[in-house]
Amino acid sequence: MQTHQFDAVIVGAGGAGLMAALYASEGGANVAVVSKLYPTRSHTGAALGGIGAALGNLEEDKPLWHMYDTVKGGDYLADQDAVKVLAEEAVDSVIELERMGLPFDRTDDGRISQRRFGGHTSNFGEKAVRRACHSADRTGHMILQTLYQQCIKNKVRFFDEYQVVDVIMNQGAVVGTVAIQLGTGEFHLFHAKATMFATGGWGRVWQVTSNAHSLTGDGPAVLFRRGIPMQDMEFYQFHPTGLYGLGLLLTEGIRGEGGILLNRSGERFMERYAPSIKDLASRDVVSRSIYLEIRDGKGIGGQNYVHLDIRPETVNRYLAEAGESCRIDSAYIAKNLAETLDTCRTYLGVDPLTEPMPVAPTAHYAMGGIPTNVDAEVVIDENWTVLPGLYAAGECACVSCHGANRLGTNSLVDLVVFGRRGGKVIANYVKQADFIPLPANPAEQVQAEFNRIRASRGSRRPGELRKEMQHEMMDKIGVFREEDHMRKGIDSVTSLRDRYMNDLHIDDQGSIFNTDMMEAWELGCLLDIAHMTAESAINRKESRGAHSREDFKKRDDTNWMVHTLVSSESGEPYPHGIHPLKINSSKKVNRSLEEGDKRFAPKERVY
Amino acid sequence: MEVTFRVRRYQPDSGNRKPYWQEFVLQDVEPTHRVLEMLHRVKWEQDGTLSFRRSCSSGICGSDAMRINGRNALACKLLIRDVGTKIQVEPILGLPVIKDLIVDMEPFFEHYRQVMPYFVNNDPPPADGRERLQSQEDKDLITDTTNCILCAACTTSCPSFWANGQYVGPAAIVQAHRFIFDTRDHAAKTRIDTLAEPNGVWRCRTIYNCTPACPRGISVTRAIGEVKLAIRNGSPEGIIDPATIPTHE
Repeated sequence: MQTHQFDAVIVGAGGAGLMAALYASEGGANVAVVSKLYPTRSHTGAALGGIGAALGNLEEDKPLWHMYDTVKGGDYLADQDAVKVLAEEAVDSVIELERMGLPFDRTDDGRISQRRFGGHTSNFGEKAVRRACHSADRTGHMILQTLYQQCIKNKVRFFDEYQVVDVIMNQGAVVGTVAIQLGTGEFHLFHAKATMFATGGWGRVWQVTSNAHSLTGDGPAVLFRRGIPMQDMEFYQFHPTGLYGLGLLLTEGIRGEGGILLNRSGERFMERYAPSIKDLASRDVVSRSIYLEIRDGKGIGGQNYVHLDIRPETVNRYLAEAGESCRIDSAYIAKNLAETLDTCRTYLGVDPLTEPMPVAPTAHYAMGGIPTNVDAEVVIDENWTVLPGLYAAGECACVSCHGANRLGTNSLVDLVVFGRRGGKVIANYVKQADFIPLPANPAEQVQAEFNRIRASRGSRRPGELRKEMQHEMMDKIGVFREEDHMRKGIDSVTSLRDRYMNDLHIDDQGSIFNTDMMEAWELGCLLDIAHMTAESAINRKESRGAHSREDFKKRDDTNWMVHTLVSSESGEPYPHGIHPLKINSSKKVNRSLEEGDKRFAPKERVY
Repeated sequence: MEVTFRVRRYQPDSGNRKPYWQEFVLQDVEPTHRVLEMLHRVKWEQDGTLSFRRSCSSGICGSDAMRINGRNALACKLLIRDVGTKIQVEPILGLPVIKDLIVDMEPFFEHYRQVMPYFVNNDPPPADGRERLQSQEDKDLITDTTNCILCAACTTSCPSFWANGQYVGPAAIVQAHRFIFDTRDHAAKTRIDTLAEPNGVWRCRTIYNCTPACPRGISVTRAIGEVKLAIRNGSPEGIIDPATIPTHE
């Protein structure tokens, strides 16, 4: 078995991982990036509408207002020290992206152009503000390409198509990872002073999702099995405008450019739910509103979707009604929403310039994940105790700057800001830290698990079990939740886990690109994530942000201004049957902004 | 409806070192289903050994370029109604096949790295601490080529590349174009010199396979032509007429 040694190993090559790799290498560290995909395949590339930063290029804006919107959007569960860092460092980070060559769209005076986005306002919720910096509607694509290009320039070492499957600990620290080289099936050890997880999300837990097939929660699942708690797993965002039936994302930028949501009678229903900023309310609010319309029989033709309308005549009518002077035309839409037009035309044969788009909520983004502090160091308890040698950033991490609901554009902000901070912190850490030796046979357990999977000759293919899990999670732990229903969901996950352990069937017995075996292993990760999500959701007896309980409809600030930490009770990772879970609800939300400014104190959330 | 897939297989692990064709029949297929979804159905319902790369399934990650009914495309961006009910799927051509539809992408990325695919500008940043200025008109010179997702559909549709794997290929030239015509970048001269070499841009015989192969709708042949003009003129200035920049309306 080959062993590789680097100062720092970054697991995952999306925006957060590449940002960390860049800054760690610029800080002098010897860095490797290990990714199960070619870096440019990472899902950062699918982010569309923009990256939020209070540049104020088109109207007055301040990081303080961005902080307020983020805290309010997160339904007051976000850690306010992290929100402050997010909003303040967003400005610098975006300017650095421009200096790396990112081709932003421009204003008339040549500055970075900005557009409106859900939940982003000026002057503490007064009106929608132009804060999302964009490159047409492929901003994530441009961020991913630009960061990869700069990593090539900096000669960062890449291990492409290597899947990390275990984390190695020794002497109370993380000392490395175990990976499989997908092309050969060989195991490799990565021995490092610092290991960062930047592995992205887990939308594939649900049936309808905007997420890539590769987003299976591997990073959090691997750490969970080694006893590291996961935080706020009950908070999972459903994006309001998934393409109906497919779940593919239609950007919030469509509404930022003036697009309107309409029900079967052509009513702009968001006026009832969010009288002030209407269609640009935060995502949890809009997704619930769509579901309520559908439940009332107001979906289009009585079906399970509503319309999103960006036709110029519709947009201009509402702009006129609002007393705004600007108007849009087809050429403007074609230029600024090119990806949207392409998606609708390709997959539905619908042309958004002449027809409204059918949309319904789609599983989109994990607010929870690996708990970290603002320096991307992983913290393992309610006292913020750091686990030396381990870092996390991006969607897999929970810093928590998004709280109970993330605002649009803040995912890209999160990954550049905390990826960058993590990279800098790692560069300093590896200068003073020594390598801690690897323990004996560190890959033994995970290799045995892979041998078990590959030798499975039962009757259930991984695809069949995954489909059943996705259906159950969509039905029982989706947008609206209720205890009895969720208990049934856990029963289903438990029985799926049992079949996964005892009745799995794998066709491919080979070593070269054994995607049959890898998909089965990823399914094991998804089942762990599904279980953690369900138990965390049952435990939180209130409604907050994306977590909406039919049996506890109100937010409860007296008892629930705390994060959820969920961990495995047994501490024995393999063989991983159903782990009994333990939940700790004693980690208090950081409220440092509120201490100096009462405008940040929790209050009823209206848009 | 019923759909038949005829797939070019190669299973080096199995002891069979020769490629072969295999047919799979799927029932209950809708015209709006994606080719990728149907390949998944084969893998998930019939034969777990069928191997291919995929990730986003929405045409942005560039993992699943394949030769489908003789033409390069992303499997996730083609619908059954686009390809009919008899569908032949092969790996993209010109790169070594590793297993089934998976090819070795390293030669492709090596060509990409040859053209200095990164922004170069060593001037001190603006004194006000803000972004460099650029007009929207100047940015639009590269909007089309910044669309590239490195899926290799263009390069592996090119007969010149099939004939000579040393040719950098259309994708690398598109990437070079994105920087050569970026008014903020300072390394155009170096890239122009690289592409003037024998395995650079002049291996392009304007066969035009690349442009219809591009799943992002990039005007690849046009971009290559603009790079040729920049080499002839020794500079990218004044080559692209803003009035003729392609749009996708």
